[in-house]
Amino acid sequence: MKPFTVHRGGVAPLDRVNVDTDQIIPKQFLKRIEKTGFGQFLFYDWRFGPEGKKNSDFVLDQPHYGGATILVAGKNFGCGSSREHAVWALADFGFRAVISSSFADIFANNSAKNGFLTVRLSDNEISQLMRHAAESGYELTIDLEQCEVRDDHGFRAKFPIDEFVRHCLLNGLDDIGLTLQHESEIADYEARHPLPAALDFNP
Amino acid sequence: MPAKLTLFEKVWNAHLVAQPAGRSPILYIDLHLLHEVTSPQAFDGLRAAGRKVRQPARAVATVDHNVPTDPRGTPITDLIAAKQISALEANCKEFGIRLFDTNSPEQGIVHVIGPELGLTQPGMTIVCGDSHTSTHGAFGALAFGIGTSEVEHVLATQCLAQQKPQTMKIDIRGRLAEGVSAKDLALGIIGQIGTDGATGHVIEYTGDAVRALSMEGRMTLCNMSIEAGARAGMVAPDETTLAYVRNRRFAPRDAEWEKTVAHWRSLPSDTGAEFDKVVEMDAAQLSPFVTWGTNPGMVAPVTGRVPEPNGMKDSDRRAFELALQYMGLEPGKLIEEIGIDRVFIGSCTNSRIEDLRAAARVAKGHRVNSKVRAMVVPGSQTVKKAAEQEGLHRIFREAGFEWRESGCSMCLGMNPDILQPGERCASTSNRNFEGRQGRGGRTHLVSPMMAAAAAIAGHFTDIRNWKFQ
Repeated sequence: MKPFTVHRGGVAPLDRVNVDTDQIIPKQFLKRIEKTGFGQFLFYDWRFGPEGKKNSDFVLDQPHYGGATILVAGKNFGCGSSREHAVWALADFGFRAVISSSFADIFANNSAKNGFLTVRLSDNEISQLMRHAAESGYELTIDLEQCEVRDDHGFRAKFPIDEFVRHCLLNGLDDIGLTLQHESEIADYEARHPLPAALDFNP
Repeated sequence: MPAKLTLFEKVWNAHLVAQPAGRSPILYIDLHLLHEVTSPQAFDGLRAAGRKVRQPARAVATVDHNVPTDPRGTPITDLIAAKQISALEANCKEFGIRLFDTNSPEQGIVHVIGPELGLTQPGMTIVCGDSHTSTHGAFGALAFGIGTSEVEHVLATQCLAQQKPQTMKIDIRGRLAEGVSAKDLALGIIGQIGTDGATGHVIEYTGDAVRALSMEGRMTLCNMSIEAGARAGMVAPDETTLAYVRNRRFAPRDAEWEKTVAHWRSLPSDTGAEFDKVVEMDAAQLSPFVTWGTNPGMVAPVTGRVPEPNGMKDSDRRAFELALQYMGLEPGKLIEEIGIDRVFIGSCTNSRIEDLRAAARVAKGHRVNSKVRAMVVPGSQTVKKAAEQEGLHRIFREAGFEWRESGCSMCLGMNPDILQPGERCASTSNRNFEGRQGRGGRTHLVSPMMAAAAAIAGHFTDIRNWKFQ
């Protein structure tokens, strides 16, 4: 996993609440069996007309947001389906982080597993960032070491994050490897809780 | 005096493998359910890292999201979907995992077959790469949806590193009126607390109205927990639970059953156990509900109207306006005056035998409105067979409903069952998000009875006034 330490980048505002994972990556694109190539389908129904023609009104397709790597969005971002494809699509499109006042649990978990940061700020701070991001060329720095978001004009806000999630992100750790460090405890648990006979399966 | 614990805390504590300092607790997973859409990249990850599946017998797979609901044996014309299905078959074969494939008599929606096979049991930890895994909480299991990275984690370790969620009690006193179902209860709760009202929490549903629900009703209620943002929803096991699980294929038997039941009886929350949040509701205040917007919290009683935006906060007002624009509705419109084009009875929320019985009772002796196309998609092959033995398929067909093969179908439209742009659907599924059932499609969530009545009337109608034949 790619570590996340300090990132500076352009900011795109998506001024909608309850952005669900069906919007982030519509179901017709979930049939691929790879993790790559989902960026082209990000927010597909909002970005493209029914015939596949690009809708240039959508924020991400306005020229000055072209290189944005940070998305600011309304509350409850990533609600709905557990599809990790939503995170893959955002990351593949070029985003490194989403800032919102709240995130759905599964989306936040999926993000952390992909070196993708979910930053929680207050409603008031989100409103400020939405306004700033409306200006061309607005950039933010997200500093995971200091748990802080700041710009060059005096905006500065701390954000909360689970300490373990932060540790894994900062170091780009594979948490399967970390769990496997507890092999003896897992084996001990399994010795005390054997497989129920009914589940036994010998293909 | 020992600490007073909630049902959730008892199940959580019993599955703690390790609590490393400064890290998330590591939780053992009893049962891992798999399907074709969220698993292929996880198996690829195992291969890339040279890892094996730690406990293949604790994983059970089926195909549900992509499978067409045409008669079985019809070739799958969507080649990418077919590839995903064959990838699951190959992965299960390679790693030694039990699979109920397309032609299996046990195939069905993963959240329907788990309970009906007796795989789902009280006190278990259950995960699946699907948000509606919360369904299994109806048995007093801790069951939650995970992403593909966590699917890989469970395959490799049979464990998950998880932050401990908070607890929330939703206590529903009184009784649901005739015609008001578990689906209406779920919609009523989400309408009250909002689609993020339970984020970060595991809900326990309590109270007389919950105790009176059948297992099918409890599954519908727990299924929709994720639509309130909850990590999971749970109902404490009781005699209703035991009667359902007993003698099912994977349930414990004989002496093992007695021993296990004794454990299950110890699971309900201790009297006086504390929850981080408590919500109280009166079942008698609930009526049949219909969603009018683009998330499950945008809901009104069938006798009500699409709301007016007066007094809404700016961000809510904007969401409201976008929702009405998408749905093609005006503020103040009577719900019963909303006409429909399509009806979908199915999904992991409402496709079990009791749901089909309820819908068939409404449909019996009536005809589907000439401008409506209505389909019934049983949740599993087992449900389909049981319904056919009772003659429900004849009632549906005589009324003009399509009777189809099992799968997720039009709940999310990954198979060919989708809405056309602008089509309006009364659906027993769980999400009315934009484009969920097909691009430009307009979804209204309702109970199976309300969906069947809408199919016949051609518009929403209050099931409490229905003329049953």
